[in-house]
Amino acid sequence: MVYQRIDSNRKIKMSFLELQNITKIYPNGTKAVNETSLNIENGEFVVFVGPSGCGKSTLLRMIAGLEDITNGEISLDGNIINKIDPSERDVAMVFQNYALYPHMSVFNNMAYGLKNRGISKEEINNKVNDVAKLLEIDQLLTRKPSMLSGGQRQRVAMGRAIVRNPKIFLFDEPLSNLDAKLRNQMRLEIKRLQRQMGVTSIFVTHDQTEAMTLGDRIVVINNGVVEQVGTPKEIYSKPNTKFVAEFIGSPQMNLFNCKIENGIAHIADMKINLNNSTNLDDATLGIRPDDILISDNGKHSCVANLVEYLGSDMIIYSKIGDQEFSCKLSSKINLNSGDTFKFDISGTSVHLFDNTTGSRV
Amino acid sequence: MKFKPLEILTHIILILGVLLMVLPIWFSFATSTHDNVSIMTEGMKFFLGESFSQNYNEVLNEKGGWSEEVTAARMFVNSFIMALGIATLKVVISAMSAYALVYFRFKLAVPIFWLIFITLLVPLEVRIFPSYKIVSDLGLTNTYTGLILPLVASATATFFFRQFYKTIPDELLESAKLDGANSWRFFIDFLLPLSKTMLAAMFIFMFVYGYSQYLWPLIMTTDEKYWTVVMGMKIIFTENYEGVALPRTGERFAYIILSMLPPVLVVVILQRWFIKGLIQTEK
Repeated sequence: MVYQRIDSNRKIKMSFLELQNITKIYPNGTKAVNETSLNIENGEFVVFVGPSGCGKSTLLRMIAGLEDITNGEISLDGNIINKIDPSERDVAMVFQNYALYPHMSVFNNMAYGLKNRGISKEEINNKVNDVAKLLEIDQLLTRKPSMLSGGQRQRVAMGRAIVRNPKIFLFDEPLSNLDAKLRNQMRLEIKRLQRQMGVTSIFVTHDQTEAMTLGDRIVVINNGVVEQVGTPKEIYSKPNTKFVAEFIGSPQMNLFNCKIENGIAHIADMKINLNNSTNLDDATLGIRPDDILISDNGKHSCVANLVEYLGSDMIIYSKIGDQEFSCKLSSKINLNSGDTFKFDISGTSVHLFDNTTGSRV
Repeated sequence: MKFKPLEILTHIILILGVLLMVLPIWFSFATSTHDNVSIMTEGMKFFLGESFSQNYNEVLNEKGGWSEEVTAARMFVNSFIMALGIATLKVVISAMSAYALVYFRFKLAVPIFWLIFITLLVPLEVRIFPSYKIVSDLGLTNTYTGLILPLVASATATFFFRQFYKTIPDELLESAKLDGANSWRFFIDFLLPLSKTMLAAMFIFMFVYGYSQYLWPLIMTTDEKYWTVVMGMKIIFTENYEGVALPRTGERFAYIILSMLPPVLVVVILQRWFIKGLIQTEK
């Protein structure tokens, strides 16, 4: 990051897109986004992920200019854009329901933004045709959106954004209307296109798989607050808060209420050595289901209450004391409901959270 | 091809309905092509006669009224101008006011809408004297402006446009905004094309409404040059006859047939839009 002060108008050259203490309070008093700050670099693919109603879409819409900002500052490419009209911000957005213009052909859908910019007909033609080829929708240019399938609509919506060559792409859950197979396919395609064009992109989703696979960085949001920002790997391996730990990863991370004495975690009558000297009365120990290692000479043993077979993997549901947990293992192991199994938990693969603050220890 | 009993029955009902509507018109047309003597002695006709050109020519070009200055052709032009003006302005103004009510957030939007809506309870006939007073104070009696202007606001059309705009998803507006459309462009490039069907339907209704105005032009116009078709209908049916002249029934029917043509033309021209919109929703 290069800091460079331009004295005249207090412009500071910083990250490409910078959100500073953004707050959004709706007229009815709901606080959708609370004091959020975030820096996004040029060419980055950032994913906002969180449960529905967490404020991630609101944040995106504020960047697009579709929503007023109650407090804080957004700057894009060095300019503060708070008061700039959406049409002047040079951002393109792909909506959840695509928002294609129903009365215009695919060509005109893609050309409309360019026409409004006063670009010559010839140039529009070239640009639209190029992008249509890139997205393999060049056969559909004369059709109306009502004559397209869901996947094709999605492509047109993407094309409409790409053809304008904006500073930022904003995606508002664009894949949630597609069936599972198409969704995977489009996910790969979005990733490929973004790499190819190198345009800064923000992608909003509630689906953690999408978040993990697409993002260079992930922003986990809950209740209008950013819980953690980091690469998919960081988010997965070092969740900052209990919320992130639970939200990212499938199946969910097991969270055990426990007491830590001198680096030993006590979960019911089970003891796990954390190899440190922590003391905590009220803690949560998080263990990913695939960090529970099943072996015949494991230290702990439990009864498998339920076994879920998923093909290559299976998930075992069991209990330690009165706390339920699950573990994921290869389905090559022969284990049925009601069987007792032995397992080990390595003290280095667990995540410890302080219950009073909710954050990682 | 085999017909099911139900299909035959429904077709019979449909055909009866068509006959019920078409036959009176056909009778009028057939009668209008006969001379007055045969109509007088034989009544309404089913088959065509030989006085077509004579009757129609006479109706269109004969000078009538007290001043003997106005012809039916003139009255048709007047009615057409009046109806066209009313219909066009009504549609344009209601579409725009509905646009303002739905898309622009100003404080009194809802009360203003209901205020507009309430005017449905006060049709022209109720407020005809105040309206006349205003129009005559403005010096607009005996002008096309005076004929058209007091009728151009429409609560009905505003209401329909408003309801239609409300069904258009917000994302469309947002997407258009990001594509650089200002509020004027959104209206022209999105709302108008999307409401084509509505526009055509409203135009047809409003054209017929304007065309069939009677009381307003009657009060508004003292100069016969501004008489309209509907007013003429009264004249042609209350003519005085001197001596042994027969009532000019043939010409009267010719006049009726002619007076039906402009609305029919409007429907025929606009129905392509209208029907297309009905069968293929573009949303």
